[in-house]
Amino acid sequence: MPGPAIEIESLTKDYPTGFLHLKTKRSLENLSMQVGEGEAFGFLGPNGAGKSTTIKLLMGIIFPTSGSAKILGRPITDVEMHKDIGYLPEQPYFYDYLTAAELLDYFARFFGMNAAERKERVAKMLKKVGLETAGKIQLRKYSKGMLQRVGLAQAILHDPKVVILDEPMSGLDPIGRREVRDIILELKSEGKTVLFSTHILTDAEMLCDKVGVIVGGKLQGVGRPDEIVGMKSHEMEIVFDADANDARSAAVRAKASKFGSRYAMRVPEGNVFAALEELRAAGAKLAAVSPIKPTLEEYFLHLVEKDRAQASAIEVSGK
Amino acid sequence: MTRIAAVAWNTFREAVRDRVLYNLVFFALLLIAASILVGQISIGIETIVLVSLGLSATSVIGLLIAVFTGVGLVSKEIEKRTLYALLSKPLQRWEFLVGKFGGLVLTLAVNTAAMAAGLLLAILYVKHPLERGDATAFIAVYFILLKLAIVVALALLFSCFTSQLLAILFTAGLYIAGLFISEMRNLDATRVGPAARHFFTAISYLLPNFQNFDVMAAAAHGRPVPGLLILHNTLYATLYCAIVLSAASVVFGRKSLK
Repeated sequence: MPGPAIEIESLTKDYPTGFLHLKTKRSLENLSMQVGEGEAFGFLGPNGAGKSTTIKLLMGIIFPTSGSAKILGRPITDVEMHKDIGYLPEQPYFYDYLTAAELLDYFARFFGMNAAERKERVAKMLKKVGLETAGKIQLRKYSKGMLQRVGLAQAILHDPKVVILDEPMSGLDPIGRREVRDIILELKSEGKTVLFSTHILTDAEMLCDKVGVIVGGKLQGVGRPDEIVGMKSHEMEIVFDADANDARSAAVRAKASKFGSRYAMRVPEGNVFAALEELRAAGAKLAAVSPIKPTLEEYFLHLVEKDRAQASAIEVSGK
Repeated sequence: MTRIAAVAWNTFREAVRDRVLYNLVFFALLLIAASILVGQISIGIETIVLVSLGLSATSVIGLLIAVFTGVGLVSKEIEKRTLYALLSKPLQRWEFLVGKFGGLVLTLAVNTAAMAAGLLLAILYVKHPLERGDATAFIAVYFILLKLAIVVALALLFSCFTSQLLAILFTAGLYIAGLFISEMRNLDATRVGPAARHFFTAISYLLPNFQNFDVMAAAAHGRPVPGLLILHNTLYATLYCAIVLSAASVVFGRKSLK
């Protein structure tokens, strides 16, 4: 079993606030998690949840208040480890007086590539992100989506082992999103570790081996997407056929919702047999019984609601 | 070293593409106008006027670039978040700072060299052949460049921990104070009191001494500059820049970006 590529241990980040920076606001609290080698890990959470803070801490852009982290077994303070890491910042902005090719060439110099290697690698990356015809245009003329592609190109320019992407789908049209998804899948198939933050849950469900949900600076759960939502599954769905003119089935039809010619009703797990008995007595014909698996989105919203409720409770008790 | 050179080259490229060197056009026009005019209004002292004017313009334009571009070297990268992608590369923060410093000093060197060439042409226009004493003007240009390097280092240090406006004020303040070092050391204790005298004497050794770099009068009159002063100023500027950049590296190394 491959070891962890990213290990985070009790990472906490407080930001100073106020005019004299005397107060602090906790942005991340005691975050501990691991991302296995070769894993695609989705970091989910609403805006301001602490996703970008975590990623910036990993990249050494900001420093933790407490806690530590390692990437590929080396502490995040070791800048030389960046040779094996690719990073796409959120809403990336680059030197707008450079062309995409010049920017990539500039960044490639930090990885000790010679002129021939840089030229070859830059052309390959521009092609990979669909910018081969725009490589000689200054970045100040690029759209947001094009900048995002340049950002992705510079993140994988040096063929890193670990790729960290902060909201990689942001600002992209559906075609661009699909292309980024394909790149992530390609990286995954090459055995690279990919950590990306997103609030687009379908992308996470589609791409990730594992997801971590962070809300209010606290990690709420980590696991496989199906596993994480499965934890909250306590309901069953019963699908049945019933004659709309049969008075016996009126009560069960009233409890169900109609879709096409069939009816479906949700019941708590413990009441399944009672509900089936009720259907039999009503003369309904059973079509299917299946557990209701909440979507990642439902789970996510549930956590967000819970966090908001807790925050308002604290506020009220504080008053 | 390759990484520092890469950052320096990109800083130079930014300055060129942001049209920083366009000031040379202004300088050229100023010298052309001065060359034509001095011949008519200052008989016998054309070279003095021309050299004084040329060196003053070189210094003032260089200072404006050093201060205004210098304070933006780091803060602009933080504000625009261009630094995020750069710091994710195998690049130490001190290497970034030294590269930025080197890039702006390179820009100023190119700028100052072009101005020196322009000044040479203007001197040739009003006086030929040249005399040995005219070389002092170019030593003065070198001293201006050394002075500008110190100003860039100071601007860079301030831009690591304060706003651009405050960084401009601090850098300009230190520059002005650095022009009055001998006055600080020669304060009359009977008038300001012994405590103030000791204070200003101590401060004068911490502040950059820009008076040593001013050889404009010697240059204008074609007087030679001692070789020891050239060596002293070179070492002084190198050491002062190294100390200021080290302080900037300590500050920037601990700075959490936005």
